[in-house]
Amino acid sequence: MITELGHFALVLAFAVAIVQTVVPLIGAHKGWGGWMAVAEPAATAQFTLTLASFGALTYAFVTSDFSLALVVNNSHTAKPLIYKISGVWGNHEGSMLLWVLILTLFGALAAWFGGNLPPTLRARVLAVQSAIAVAFFAFILFTSNPFLRLAIPPFDGHDLNPLLQDPGLAFHPPFLYLGYVGLSICFSFAVAALIEGRVDAAWGRWVRPWTLLSWMFLTIGIGLGSWWAYYELGWGGFWFWDPVENASFMPWLIAAALLHSAIVVEKREALKSWTILLAIMAFGFSLIGTFIVRSGVITSVHAFANDPERGVFILMILAIFMGGALVLYAARAGVMEAKGVFGIVSRESALVLNNILLAVAALVVFVGTIWPLIAEMTLGRKLSVGPPFFDMAFTPFMVILALILPIGAILPWKRARVGRALKQLRIAFVVALAFGALAWAMQTGRSALGPVGLFLGTWLVSGAVVDLLTRTGRGAIGDKLRRLVRLPRADWGKAVAHAGLGITIFGIAGLTAWEQEDIRVAQIGERFEVGAWGIQLDNVQRVQGPNYVATQGVMSVWRDDVAVAELTPEKRVYPVAGMPTTEAGIDNGFWRDIYLVIGDPQDDGGWAVRTYIKPFANWIWSGTIIMALGGLLSLSDRRYRVAAGAKKAAPGGAVPAE
Amino acid sequence: MRKLLFAVAVLLAVPAFAVEPDEVLPDPALEARAREISKGLRCLVCRNESIDESNASLAKDLRVLVRERLVEGDSDVEVVDFVVDRYGEYVLLKPTTGGANVLLWIAGPAMLLLALGIGAVYIRGRRAAGDTPADTLSEAEQARLKEIMRE
Repeated sequence: MITELGHFALVLAFAVAIVQTVVPLIGAHKGWGGWMAVAEPAATAQFTLTLASFGALTYAFVTSDFSLALVVNNSHTAKPLIYKISGVWGNHEGSMLLWVLILTLFGALAAWFGGNLPPTLRARVLAVQSAIAVAFFAFILFTSNPFLRLAIPPFDGHDLNPLLQDPGLAFHPPFLYLGYVGLSICFSFAVAALIEGRVDAAWGRWVRPWTLLSWMFLTIGIGLGSWWAYYELGWGGFWFWDPVENASFMPWLIAAALLHSAIVVEKREALKSWTILLAIMAFGFSLIGTFIVRSGVITSVHAFANDPERGVFILMILAIFMGGALVLYAARAGVMEAKGVFGIVSRESALVLNNILLAVAALVVFVGTIWPLIAEMTLGRKLSVGPPFFDMAFTPFMVILALILPIGAILPWKRARVGRALKQLRIAFVVALAFGALAWAMQTGRSALGPVGLFLGTWLVSGAVVDLLTRTGRGAIGDKLRRLVRLPRADWGKAVAHAGLGITIFGIAGLTAWEQEDIRVAQIGERFEVGAWGIQLDNVQRVQGPNYVATQGVMSVWRDDVAVAELTPEKRVYPVAGMPTTEAGIDNGFWRDIYLVIGDPQDDGGWAVRTYIKPFANWIWSGTIIMALGGLLSLSDRRYRVAAGAKKAAPGGAVPAE
Repeated sequence: MRKLLFAVAVLLAVPAFAVEPDEVLPDPALEARAREISKGLRCLVCRNESIDESNASLAKDLRVLVRERLVEGDSDVEVVDFVVDRYGEYVLLKPTTGGANVLLWIAGPAMLLLALGIGAVYIRGRRAAGDTPADTLSEAEQARLKEIMRE
């Protein structure tokens, strides 16, 4: 019964979405207030109905209702509750339902917090957002309905893919989707502005918080996915340049560019048409990502044949929305004349450079991702584009970006002098160079990657510190400190996010350059050395989990005869799903992770064991979290708050008493 | 999402390790070369994994093959050519620069140059716009400024 209600709610939401697309758009065109006002309650209703539908599906998973085909294929009664819940989105149909749930959530948020928007713009934004929802509701209802019943329900399900039964992955898709789908709001704002034919500083101010929010969630989502890959796949890789990873990385790069160009629109009323284009492209890449993931066309051309209907449907959505938006853009872009004037050396120019680097980097990833498809279709060549290509083609962009970032960040608006900025950054540069040289001196005969990474990381972090300090002006230390505390949160957010990027860059370089690996057959009770560490396999035992059995190695890590850690790497087998997984034993540390994996027993006794010493591994994800925190700080700035401008703040209210 | 792909890869694989202890060559220099070569060769039955990372039995066969060739004294290039001759350029994770692949390799630098060019024109345009009135204050603005300064 609840399942049918959920299904019905989904159909109703589809109907509401159609109304919300058509009525406010006509209302805005004709200037009919009543028609425009339909948008807000409709957005609320749409979200409530989708939530009810999602709730019904979750209920079916939690109660293990095996009359639903989806539950049978992705759940099992013995599965822990948290994975029953995460199983809702651990499959195609459920994840698409989560996708539209978030889509309608953003629509509703825009309706609730959009009180300060001009009525016509608000009506158009909500109508465009709802048009996207119409497309995806249709996609779910016609090609991927999660509410299909089975005539003869089985006694138990086939279990969720064991790799997905993991806390990191339980929350990875929701965050990623919040980011992906959040960009839809930026798209709606861009299209609405094109229909209106007006883009001004206020528009930049409205779009920025939504971009920030999406970018933050994307950052967290990508970070979680990469962290999961690190500890779950059994050899500690954190990024594979897999087409599906690239699908989430391209929108992230474009969103980062959009974030920066919207500042220029807001503060200087320049770069308007470019910002609109970025907003369209950011969501376009989200849709391309959805297409890549859902159709499987890029990872394997043959997977397309498995589900041509779904792939073609998403391709149609992509073509309609991107095609429509770009045609509208071509027709209207000329209307948006820039007002702001700036010199060749200025913050504006630096942000243009930032945008060029980020956008071209995203396009490089895009070309690399679809190249195998193009080559096969046009040339009949079956080839691969893998990590070695991306490492070579993509990394230079990030290196240049990191090099110029602290300089660009410190330049004043309108007109600046490079010499002055360099003078301010002198200390940061010297510190960074010292760290790089130290790393160079301490390692012997290895690649330049580590020292360069350390240099860039330190340069970014110390550059961010200098950026904050220069804003405190002159005077006594006390005055400076007071001013530092009172700096707008957006300034703090900027510095924190840039520093986070530095930490991530350093983590990646450090881990890649200084990792140590050891593969061997270990006898029980025998100690072996890896780098400065002693590793001992104490015991191997069988462990029974709730829905798996595991071979567990009990291993101790020693340093100079002092026990540092006891780790229990496992090899699990999930009998229902018929799949093995590896659970690495990891001793997390500030400077290094010790990463142990247990393999098969050997014929002549002993066990295959892999040991990795992974320096600075956690810095990668710490940096990601710091970047997201920077976004949060910036978002909490009163000037950019989602409801900014709704009410005038009392002067001085922001700073707590000292 | 990505995880599903990996799941498929694992499904196809025999539950084992990537590089196993019995594969490792006694000569560390040779082994290091073997690892480096393996990282650039694709596991044909997996999704986007190199034979160095993959657990699949085919990947193991290829790893052993690479090591055999190395022990017999082949150079790195010869080993890679040997594998490509047998399995096609699909095994190369780093595509060649031959033929139309040139487009793939120059796409990045070319787009960067193009974007820099457009950006430079745009920025010059913004500066040129500044040489005209916008920079100086009108009479009314001057008066308003004086008023503000007095306050």
